[in-house]
Amino acid sequence: MRIAFASGKGGTGKTTLAVNMAYLFSLSGFKVEFLDLDVEEPDGHIFLKPQIESIVSVKVFIPLFDKERCTFCQKCVQACSFHAIFMLGKDILLFQELCHSCKLCLRICEEKAIKEGEREVGVVRIGKVDSSLSFIEGRLNVREPRPMPVIEAVKSHCKGGDVQIIDAPPGTACPFVRSVYDSDFVVLVTEPTPFGLHDLEKCVSFLKSIKRPFGLVINKERGKFPPLEEYISQNQILVLGRIQEDLRIAKALSEGKILLNEFPEYRAHLEEIFSNLKRAIHGRN
Amino acid sequence: MEGIKEVVFLSGKGGAGKTSILGGIYSLMNGKKAVVDCDVDAANLFLILGGQVKEEKPFYGSKKAEIRRDKCKECGLCKDICSFGAINEFLMVDPILCEGCGGCFVFCPHSAVSLEEKRAGTIYIGETKRGDLFLYAELFPGEENSGKLVQALREEARKRAKEMGFSLILMDGSPGIGCPVISSVAGVDLMVALCEPQSSSIHDLLRLLELSEHFRIKTALVINKSDVNPWLSEKLKRIAEEKGLPLLGEIPYDPLITEAQREGKTIVEYSRDSKSSKALQRVYERFSKILEELR
Repeated sequence: MRIAFASGKGGTGKTTLAVNMAYLFSLSGFKVEFLDLDVEEPDGHIFLKPQIESIVSVKVFIPLFDKERCTFCQKCVQACSFHAIFMLGKDILLFQELCHSCKLCLRICEEKAIKEGEREVGVVRIGKVDSSLSFIEGRLNVREPRPMPVIEAVKSHCKGGDVQIIDAPPGTACPFVRSVYDSDFVVLVTEPTPFGLHDLEKCVSFLKSIKRPFGLVINKERGKFPPLEEYISQNQILVLGRIQEDLRIAKALSEGKILLNEFPEYRAHLEEIFSNLKRAIHGRN
Repeated sequence: MEGIKEVVFLSGKGGAGKTSILGGIYSLMNGKKAVVDCDVDAANLFLILGGQVKEEKPFYGSKKAEIRRDKCKECGLCKDICSFGAINEFLMVDPILCEGCGGCFVFCPHSAVSLEEKRAGTIYIGETKRGDLFLYAELFPGEENSGKLVQALREEARKRAKEMGFSLILMDGSPGIGCPVISSVAGVDLMVALCEPQSSSIHDLLRLLELSEHFRIKTALVINKSDVNPWLSEKLKRIAEEKGLPLLGEIPYDPLITEAQREGKTIVEYSRDSKSSKALQRVYERFSKILEELR
């Protein structure tokens, strides 16, 4: 069972919810894997404080040009859809950041002047929080534009416990999609503001288009926000729970503390969200 | 750029207040300028600045492969060579996984694959309520090429700002440090980095600063919700000092910012006397001074 936590808008509380739900699953006797797929800015470790046991380099293919064999026919330059290969006189250059590692150049070169090379674009850090909660994080190297290979690398290191909790990146573009695409259920976390609602609508339209079941948590609630409530009832969105805006929570989270342990009064709220989540997943299976 | 200064607001972590603070500073500024929302997969700035959209332009992203059933002989070569696992056992292309490299198109022995350029979003060009040039874009959910769209937006903004004789472009960025952020940072004159006194926000800021140092972008810091954790705010000030980043100021937590947003206004439009507006006034003064000093 793979459950992704996503939001569209950043800073709505994805990581907070994902971390607390991971704990609740592990406390209920499940083997849990926490996957941090927000590889541009992975923050789950700040709260979970895992013991890191291994760090694996994420490498992608890049073409290596054999200038002795190259006849400068330009076939690879013309074939590359990403405009990553340039030829300047008798010199051939790769713009690494543009390369998608599709290997078309390797296959198209008749002179066998291209060899397989590789370069690191990020790392996967693997560890555990305790015996029932393991931790896998992707971390894109700074200056690398493409997070997808790191996201896929994290998934490939999953051992497949009972429950996998995914902390997805913000936004609605490809990194978000890749993070939720093979999940069984998505928990969307929003805040009751025009910004939160606008980005929520984009996430919902995507999840509906791929027919993925989802539920909603409304975080930082301070009085009802009528446009959000209307949207929820018009689109019959399943609400898993609501968490009030509380500066004490903000302060505790700022120090990397875990909501569940800090505030007994919120524990019941989180447990309610947890049981609604379990019921929602069960109902769909 | 000939006399046009570009400033981008970024934070690494999402939800640090980029859009609200940019909006507030914008409301305090005089003179004509262009505003661009570079957060193309979750564009929100128009919700508080928006006036009128006057023009829409389609944006085309990458190409996607399509297999023509009438020509396909089901040899499976396309599936075997696809580096993205985008072609399944029934030889159907998953447009979400296809990155448009064209490998299947080139190698299909029966010419059964076509590569179609797909529309990936829309660029909107219009005006803010105050009559400034305003550009934003909506990338369709799940699309790649957010970086390419940011580049297209910036080019359009520079072209129009030049025609209209504006000298400043204010840009709202995306969270993260990947492709759309790199495209919005490249070549700007100033980055305003926002951070909350929060372990995760600081962690993400440090990664963002690594990026701005690499691109040698002058960077100034704003601490948002500074009173939520004064101890970490002090730590942030020390970081700014060590790295030689000018501190534009500190903005206290203010629930009125959310109220303003719900009314479709910037905090300054909503309440000039609010504590955050007063703090923004000071941020704005230092910001203008740094802008003047930029060559």
